[in-house]
Amino acid sequence: MRKFLLLIMVVITGIVFTGRLLYLQVLDTSLKKISQNNAVKIVYDYPQRGYIFDRNGKLLVSNQPSYDVMVIPKDIKNLDTIAFCNLLGLDKKEFKEILKKARVYSPRLPSVVIPQLTKEEFARLSDQMYKYNGFYIQKRSLRDYQIKNAANVLGYIAEVDKAIIKKHPYYQMGDLIGSAGVEQQYEKILRGKKGVKYIQRDKFNREIGPYKNGIFDTLPEKGRDIMLTLDADLQKYGEELMVNKRGGIVALEPSTGEILALVTAPGYDPALLVGRQRSKNFTRLWYDTISKPLFDRVLQGEYPPGSPFKTLNALIGLQEGVIDTQERISCHGGYNYGGKRPLGCHHHRSPLAMIDGIAISCNSYFATVYRRIIEKYPTPQEGMDNWKHHLESFGLANYLGYDLPPGRKGLIPDSKFYNRYYPSHNWYAVTTISNSIGQGEILTTPMQMVNFTAAIANKGWFYKPHILKNVMEVDTIPKKYTVKNFTTIDSTYFEPVIEGMHEVYNTGTASYLRIPGIEICGKTGTAENYIRINGKRMKLTDHSIFVAFAPKDNPKIAVAVFVENGYWGSRWAGRIAGLMIEKYLKGTISRKDMEDFILNGSLEEEYKKPYSGEEFLINQ
Amino acid sequence: MHQQRSLQIDWITVGLYLVLIAIGWINIYSASINDPVTHFFDFNQIYIKQLFFIGLSLLLIFFILALDVKFYERFSSVIYLASILSLLGLFIFGKNVNGATSWYAIGSFTFQPSEFAKIATALALAKYVSDIQTDIKDIKDQLRAFLIIAIPALLIIPQPDPGSALVYAAFLFPLYREGLPSWYLLVGFIFAGLFVATLAFGVAWVVSAIFITLAVLFFRKRKKRPSKRMYLLALIAGIGFVFSVNYIFYNVFEQRHRDRFNLVLGKKVDAKGIGYNTKQSEIAIGSGGWFGKGWTQGTQTKGNFVPEQHTDYIFSTVGEEWGFVGSLTVVLLFVFLIIRLLILSERQKSQFSRVYGYSVAAILFVHFFVNIGMVTGLLPTIGIPLPFFSYGGSGLWGFTILLFIFIRLDASNYINR
Repeated sequence: MRKFLLLIMVVITGIVFTGRLLYLQVLDTSLKKISQNNAVKIVYDYPQRGYIFDRNGKLLVSNQPSYDVMVIPKDIKNLDTIAFCNLLGLDKKEFKEILKKARVYSPRLPSVVIPQLTKEEFARLSDQMYKYNGFYIQKRSLRDYQIKNAANVLGYIAEVDKAIIKKHPYYQMGDLIGSAGVEQQYEKILRGKKGVKYIQRDKFNREIGPYKNGIFDTLPEKGRDIMLTLDADLQKYGEELMVNKRGGIVALEPSTGEILALVTAPGYDPALLVGRQRSKNFTRLWYDTISKPLFDRVLQGEYPPGSPFKTLNALIGLQEGVIDTQERISCHGGYNYGGKRPLGCHHHRSPLAMIDGIAISCNSYFATVYRRIIEKYPTPQEGMDNWKHHLESFGLANYLGYDLPPGRKGLIPDSKFYNRYYPSHNWYAVTTISNSIGQGEILTTPMQMVNFTAAIANKGWFYKPHILKNVMEVDTIPKKYTVKNFTTIDSTYFEPVIEGMHEVYNTGTASYLRIPGIEICGKTGTAENYIRINGKRMKLTDHSIFVAFAPKDNPKIAVAVFVENGYWGSRWAGRIAGLMIEKYLKGTISRKDMEDFILNGSLEEEYKKPYSGEEFLINQ
Repeated sequence: MHQQRSLQIDWITVGLYLVLIAIGWINIYSASINDPVTHFFDFNQIYIKQLFFIGLSLLLIFFILALDVKFYERFSSVIYLASILSLLGLFIFGKNVNGATSWYAIGSFTFQPSEFAKIATALALAKYVSDIQTDIKDIKDQLRAFLIIAIPALLIIPQPDPGSALVYAAFLFPLYREGLPSWYLLVGFIFAGLFVATLAFGVAWVVSAIFITLAVLFFRKRKKRPSKRMYLLALIAGIGFVFSVNYIFYNVFEQRHRDRFNLVLGKKVDAKGIGYNTKQSEIAIGSGGWFGKGWTQGTQTKGNFVPEQHTDYIFSTVGEEWGFVGSLTVVLLFVFLIIRLLILSERQKSQFSRVYGYSVAAILFVHFFVNIGMVTGLLPTIGIPLPFFSYGGSGLWGFTILLFIFIRLDASNYINR
């Protein structure tokens, strides 16, 4: 035993040390991270975010420098809290709260204390900061908006939150990310890629040179400028026209699918979401649940399309061979299909063939066509699904695939929809007769409406609407915007429908909106709509709807206008569509009467009605 | 005097020594190249100095091996005396470095006598124990042996260098090997255990535990009529010790000493104050992973996060840059070296050589145990160097002489005298 005591102790010590080393070096990984954090400093080099131009090369969005006060909690030393709070203009409690949050996020990584200092604040702070260990000023680049419009298209950038960081480790606390509009859609192109430098530090936090001679360092990749298809002047004009109204305008170039204007009303000035007042302004916009400025009515608003939808039923009728252009259908103030009440129609001459049917917007005519389309097949189920199949080829009932983040599918009912509604399947064409005139169950977004209008203008095909015209220096747009989408309707059947839409401006519902020198094809729409007030379904003033394209031959612009509770189609929407078309094609307005009516007109009274708490009249 | 016939040098030990020296230098190089070097042979560079120390060590080795084997036994008393004088001299001529008066300074050259006192003590102890007159089982001879060990240790403590003094506890191992009664060690371990337990759990708990343990032992053996006086004595001694530990800890120790113990006992976690060294050392070692970051690539080493990294904390560089594989290799090299020395000691024909060899093994073991235990955070911060690794001339020479005297003794083991 005496011989072995020391031997045994040596062996035991060897085993204990082996275990300890195994634990420290292999099993316990926390030490590795600490080592990375305290010995290597990571410095990011943020590239300039790409500029945004309109289709004519007009600068819409550029950058401005901004300064954030940052903190690295573990580096705080001998902080004179009161002096520092006075300097920052914070009260002590607020400041403590901010520090606590920063510490919870990470003691070693920077967090924001005060975002987006003004230039004066920066000047005042910058020569005092050296006194406060652990705090520093970080320069960032913020957006500088050159226009006061198109906020819904441009979107905004915002500080990343923890959820984003978790999902996309590229981002760090305090980084900015595009959070709406093209800023979000083309984030990667606009943002570029930040460069990273690893710097070896010593125990005093002094930098002593690049880590491993910089083999892990990367250079920043600059953000690309992008050109939008938007026409800034047209956009601005559209927004002016929509003042004091709710709804949207969307204009496309039919031959390319390029979005020329995308107006949602009410909108907001994009500059509201930059700077120190950002969160205050954002909260205000976010909680405005009545006029919903952050809700893009063109992309997210699902409305009954109303009469413009008749053009599609006409096309399907022709394609299915259930009607020709010559057949005249009579109307006696409505279409009597055996229900309690006939499907009403306004007073007009009768009978009418297709072109006049469109121009006068006769409900009986399209009820007849719709019924024939559904009844062509042995069961209404088959007829309904076939009808839907045609409509889907126009981009209805689904996301259109445009390059802006928000969107809705809309609704085109099919047999399944009604089978669920009528479990014994006892529904027929007449049960769903409202679909013939774009009411009933049908819902579309204004973007879908302008898209089918463009498809009619092109006689049977369309490019998916898109907002990106070009990525500068790369010269590319996504491939899906360069392939034609064909509808299920043969191009020859479009002639009479286009003729009918042209006739709308000659003898039809918009004859008093004619613009000299421009051959416009359009279609009015007046859609009934309802609201629930205290659980009671109340009818509101009809939506005023209009779709149009011009010129008739070789169309340059297609427009859809939607004015909520604007009453009949030509009253508001028709005028706005005409003004937009003239503005785009001619650059000047000849129908000053129309312009004055729109610019001075307000629907605010109308919008107050349902919230007044009193009885109100509609369609006045 | 015998003329040297063919010496039977144990090349395994020599090989282990050379490997350790080489690995040590490689790590000192890495730990000390912070400043841009103008040219390689810049004598201000620590690694060049160490290279110079290594060169001198090799010269020393030839000198040691060249001397007659009888020299060490005959002159052990003289060497011991000279060593004691050199320690005493420090009180008058000593130079204060980092708060400890442990050095003689001759120009820019410094010399630390405590590193050599270990050798002298080992020789003197071996000489005394192997004397035909000495019976280690006799209490008087035990006391004389303890005196030999205690004198240099007591001279070193007030420098102050309690770490180096602690190393003298190593001599208990050779004494035990030569017949020191077991209860010395047993009592030693019990008191060490009580010491730690008192600090960790407090007086009340430990006193209760002593009382209960003794009571249980007493009643289990009561049929054999145990001596009540012995148990009472043990009880009083135990409780007295516990209270004096408590008293010493809170009234004699300085705060920094208390902090070091509290830290290891997990009572006080403070990574910025006293715990800084240990924490940084653990981070450096822990960041090495399986295979380390590569030579001269350690971020912690380069950033100078670990204090005293080229001296007492040199092992953290090994851990960071060579990983688990590298640090395990070093641990194994030390284990092999100490075991080899124990095997060699056991086969010595002369008791003098055996006691000396055991002393060498025990001294290396204590250094190895305390240093790596400290660097890996298992033991309190006790500043003693890692043999053959840590930077410093005196230390390197001390260990080299210590080891090679034994190799010289062993080389003549089979030569008839």
